[in-house]
This record gives sequence, C-alpha cells and structure tokens, in this order.
Amino acid sequence: MSSALTEPSKFKSWYRKNDIAITPWLFLLPAVLFFATYVIVPIGQSFWISFHMWDGLGEKTFVGMDNYERLLGLGDQKMDRKFETSFWNNIKWLLLYLLAIPMGLFIALFLNQTVTGIRLYKSLFFFPFVISQVVVGLVFSWFYLPNDGLFDVIMSWFGVDIRGGVLGNPKTATYGIIAAGLWPQTAYCMILYLTGLNSVDPEQVEAGRLDGAKGFRMLWYVILPQLRPATFIAFVVTIIGALRSFDFIAVMTNGGPFGSTRVLSFFMFEESLSEFGFRMGYGAAIAVVLFFIMLGFIAYFLYQMWRDEKEGR
Amino acid sequence: MFQKLTKLTTALALSTAIAVPAFAELSGTLRITSDMSNPAPRAVMEKMASDFDAMHPNLSVELTVVDREAWKTQIRNALSANAPDVVNWYAATRMTPYVDAGLFMDISDLWNEPEMAALASTKGAMTLDGKQWGVPYTYYQWGVYYRKDIFEELGLSEPKTWAEELSNCQAIIDSGRKCYTIGSKYLWTAGGWFDYINSRTNGYDFHIQLANGEVAWTDDRVRATFANWRQLIDMGGFVEDHQSYSWQEAMPFMIDGKAAAYLMGNFSVAAFRDGGLTDDQLDFYQFPVINPDVDYAEDAPTDTFHIASGAQNVEAAKAFLLYVTSPEVQTAINAGDALGQLPVNANASVSDDKFIQQGFDMLSNNAGGGIMQFFDRDFPAEMASVGMEGLQEFMVFPDNLDDILERLEDARQRIYK
Repeated sequence: MSSALTEPSKFKSWYRKNDIAITPWLFLLPAVLFFATYVIVPIGQSFWISFHMWDGLGEKTFVGMDNYERLLGLGDQKMDRKFETSFWNNIKWLLLYLLAIPMGLFIALFLNQTVTGIRLYKSLFFFPFVISQVVVGLVFSWFYLPNDGLFDVIMSWFGVDIRGGVLGNPKTATYGIIAAGLWPQTAYCMILYLTGLNSVDPEQVEAGRLDGAKGFRMLWYVILPQLRPATFIAFVVTIIGALRSFDFIAVMTNGGPFGSTRVLSFFMFEESLSEFGFRMGYGAAIAVVLFFIMLGFIAYFLYQMWRDEKEGR
Repeated sequence: MFQKLTKLTTALALSTAIAVPAFAELSGTLRITSDMSNPAPRAVMEKMASDFDAMHPNLSVELTVVDREAWKTQIRNALSANAPDVVNWYAATRMTPYVDAGLFMDISDLWNEPEMAALASTKGAMTLDGKQWGVPYTYYQWGVYYRKDIFEELGLSEPKTWAEELSNCQAIIDSGRKCYTIGSKYLWTAGGWFDYINSRTNGYDFHIQLANGEVAWTDDRVRATFANWRQLIDMGGFVEDHQSYSWQEAMPFMIDGKAAAYLMGNFSVAAFRDGGLTDDQLDFYQFPVINPDVDYAEDAPTDTFHIASGAQNVEAAKAFLLYVTSPEVQTAINAGDALGQLPVNANASVSDDKFIQQGFDMLSNNAGGGIMQFFDRDFPAEMASVGMEGLQEFMVFPDNLDDILERLEDARQRIYK
C-alpha cells in the first residue's frame, strides 16, 4: 500500500516504523468512531437524563435519585407497580423464550434428512422468521380473539373458556404473547442448528455408531457437543430477543389489559415516547435499569466467548 | 371556564361580521402541517389550503399532512426544530405542554378581532393562563347511538332518567341482547363512560375539579360515580370481553343486533352507515339524567389550529386562522359531505344531517352544565393514562375498585405537585 509513493517523506518513514502498531487502529477507527457516537455517548446521556425531570421540550430539572427512588421503591416509597409487573413479565419472557432452543433443535433434527422437496419444507419452517414481527403479532391476535378466534374455538371443544379471551385476561395475556414470539424465534434457532448440523463430523458419528451409540445417547454425547457453537449463538439471540420483546406487545395488547403485559422495554417506551408519555427522566431511569440487567447477560456471554477462544488456542 | 353554547344563538343574532381578511397583501410562503389524514378530512384540508393559496396571489401555501396518530408524538419535534407556521392540535389541557414550553404563539390579539366574537362559545377551551393559544375549527357531540328498531320491538323509548335507563337495560338483557357495546382495548372509550356518569352524578364543576387534581380519587362522590356505573356492569349491560376489542371491532355487536346501543362520538355514524345501518335503524339520545340537581354536561371534543411560536410568516398564519373560522368556510368544511361535524362559528349553518342537527340542538340548548373536552384532553396526560387503565380494569373486575382508586389517588398526589 505504500509502494506507489516515489518520494519518501518524513511521515512515511515514521509510519513505516510503527505500521504494525498503527494499522489495526486505523482500520478500527471508523467503527470506534461510530460506536462511540451512536452507542457509548447515548448511554452516557441516558444516565444523565435519568437524574432529571424533563418533558423533552423545556428545561431539565435536576432531581438526583428521585426517579430511581420512585421506580425501585428506595427509601420510604413503594416500588412502582408498573415496574414490578414489567420486571416479572421480563423474567417470564426470559425463561419461556428459551424453549425456542430445544424446539428449534428438534425441528432441525427432523428436517436434517434427504427427502424430495426438503428444501421446500425447510423454507416453510423458516417462513415465520422472514415475515415481520408485526404481522406475526397481528395474526396471533386474530387467532386468540374471543368467541370467533380459532384458539378459542379449539379450547371450547375441551370445555375450556378463558374469560376475556387469551389476550383480554390478565392471567393469560403474557403467555399468549410469548407463544406468538416463540413461533419466529423457534424458526431462527432451527436455522442456526441446521447450519450447525452440516458441520457435524460424519467420522465421529460413524465411530459412535461402531461403539453402539444410538438414539438419545448419540444425540447427547456425540451430536450436541459438536453443536455447542450453534447452541451458544441460539442462547445469545434468544436472551436478547426476550429482553427486547417490544413489537409483539405493542401490536397485540398495547401493554394491556390494565397494564398486565408490560415489560421493561415497553414500559420505557410508554413513559418516554408514547402519546401520554414524555417523562424523559423516568423513562431514562427505566432504560438504565434495563441496561444493567442486559449488561449482566452480555458480560456473561463475553466471558464465555473469551474462555472458549482461550481454550481453542 | 367554558361559556355555554346557548350563547351560540345569541351570538348568531348579534354578530353580522363578515370574515373578509384584512390582510390583502400577503406574500411569501405559508407552511401548514396538518394531522387531518383520514380520507374525508384530508380532502377538506387540501381544499382549504389550495383555496387560500388561490385567494392570495403572492402567497404560496405548503401543506404537509401527517398521520393523525403519529402526529400526537411528532408534534414535539415538528414544533421545536424548523417549525411550520400553522399546526393542528386539540383544545384544553392537551395544549399545556406546548404552551408551557413556549411553542404555541399567544394569539389573544387575534381573538380581539370583531369577527372572532362569533366563536365566543369556544374561547374558554382555547384559553390557558388567561390567553388564547389557537382557534378551533370543528367539534362533535358525544352521546348514545342506539338501534331504534330494537327499541321499538321491545316497546322502549329513549330514557330520560337513570331509572328509565336501568329498566330499559333490563328489558334489553331479558330479550337476550346486551344494552351497550364497547371496545376498551385502547382505553379511551371507558373514559367517555366515566365523563358522563361522573358529570351526571356530581356535576360539571366537580368533574373539572377532579381533572384539575383538586379532589381525591378516594372521595365518596367519586365512589358514588363508580357505584352508579357498577349497576350497569353488574346487570350484564356491557358486551363481554370488551378489553380485547378496539372501538371499531366492537361495532359489529350493534350492527348485528347483539347489542342495542353505543356511547360514542359522532364520528361513529359514518362507520355505522358503512356497516349497513339505515337512518331508520339508527338514532341518538342524550345521556340520561342521574342526579336531577346537576345540569347536563356534554363531551364535545374540539379540534384546533395553532400558530407555532417559531412561525416565519405570522401575518399569513393569522389570516389563515381567520379564514378557517369564517362562517363560509365553517359551513363548507363541516358539511355532511365533508367533515360531517359541528361548525365553531355561530354564523355558519349546520349541516342538515339528522345526527349533526340533534347534536347541535343538544349542545346549544341542553348542555347548561358545561362542555367537557373528553377524559384524555381534560385530565393531564399522565393522569389520563393511569386513569383510563384503571377505568378499564374497573369495567372488567369491578371488585378491584378500592385498589384502583388508591392507585389513582397515589398518581394524583404525585402528578399535580
């Protein structure tokens, strides 16, 4: 990259001496710059705003920890009930969303065979991930409609009647939305496992077979360990997907009935940006709490990745 | 706060002012951002803009139409950076954030113009801190839209009192129908019910005190409102599972005859007609009296135009506001084939549509208590959102009332500090 220059300049010789140290930083520079401007700085701003009362228009008023005290119920205040509901709903999302991983694995194993038209079946199974989440949410909300919805009709055959419909009943609404979210998420995990299965070493399978392994033991001791990278990625995307579950809630229930399906991300949106919102400070405080929850997971993933890479060397 | 609409008629007699704008030499560009994005309102807005443009040869009008729902959140950005001259919004408390932030222009001087006298009845709704911040261009009545044929079949008449209302409702339930359809998924429909039952039980002044945070939600008078509401809920007066439906999704119950009535705004008439109900089947009555000691108060939300404080062409903007509120334009844009609503100018003529006529008559002669702007416009935003959520919960689980009221009271003490 430097051979075109005929006159050796001062800068060039300086660069020559240090190019091993400098070049990586030059390549990183654009990404670092953009990451700082669009991610790091806004995180700092969110922290700053969360110490204020601000309607997004006028002057900010510094209120110290007030927003956090109200949100988390520090001091003599009660914890914000909306926060409590949102937090527990987030936990439900996290746990139940993980079902997408075994379900995706099962479908991937099922589809990992050579039959005529298997490509078509694979793409059909992948279909829910391709269509927009908003569309999935809408379809499911029709599916769940009380009286006329298919789900309600099927349940009535078994004599089960959910009062208010799945999405209208505060006890079932969150689970209904999670089920809708699992549909595309399963497809996602399936595609991850399908690619993983391609790289499974046939010799090891052969060796396992010679040693008499089959069925579940074959899966557990021979196939799954080789799928570990795929499982890891599936785990990461599912956890992150569960924590940012927003579109489904906005489309299917809009947080209702009576706020029982809120999660932290939706609560944050509602407080800061919705029609009746514009309490930026409070919204930012929720964002900060959500940030720390996510940070816990992300730190764990990064640690895992770092450990794997060290082992790999 | 609000002046009575009965003054409309007196104003009609007094004022003969003709709105020929005094601004002949308008020039430059007038930039309007409107939220009239539904098909009929959009046509009205586009026609107004092009007509105004044609009236002033040196002036060019630039119109931007924004989706009505999206505008509710976009208006902030629109007003703070490179603001247009004229924008749409809503009356009453809904203006507060923009007035407080200095984003709406004080146009009290415009209200002193002689032709504005014909708008006196709406002046209160446009006033905050003793100044006027915009002009209205249309409003519409709320009330009970009902299936006349079902009422006739059961031998019922329009109820005037709460006792008649309850006995009507019992008769409708006995015939295997529901009295009222409602879709409370997006909450505000429940706000309409609260507005009416509260103002009929405790009066307009109490309702506005509650909206202004001067009364506790745990007050016995508020409980009386909910007790009245509960009578209808306990007898099974409302359609089931209403928390799963939007207001449009709740309409088929009435169109199919499974429910007899709907407490709604006049904009629902077009949807009923599209659904196949004829004017022989559909009729309207004013929400009945509950407490005979209080006067009728009515929900009549007003939609408005404002001048941004960052407007470049203030003169043209003011001229446009006068143009919009002039009797001729008011008559034209509120006609049955345009917006199909009520004109704000007392000198404008009211469409001969039967529902608009009934609404006009009701608001002019039978709304002595006052005009409410609707739950989500009279109450501050945060109180409205917490409140409507509580109202929806009450309609589904009336037993949770104590908990709901406590929650609303907590919110009130925090919000109105």
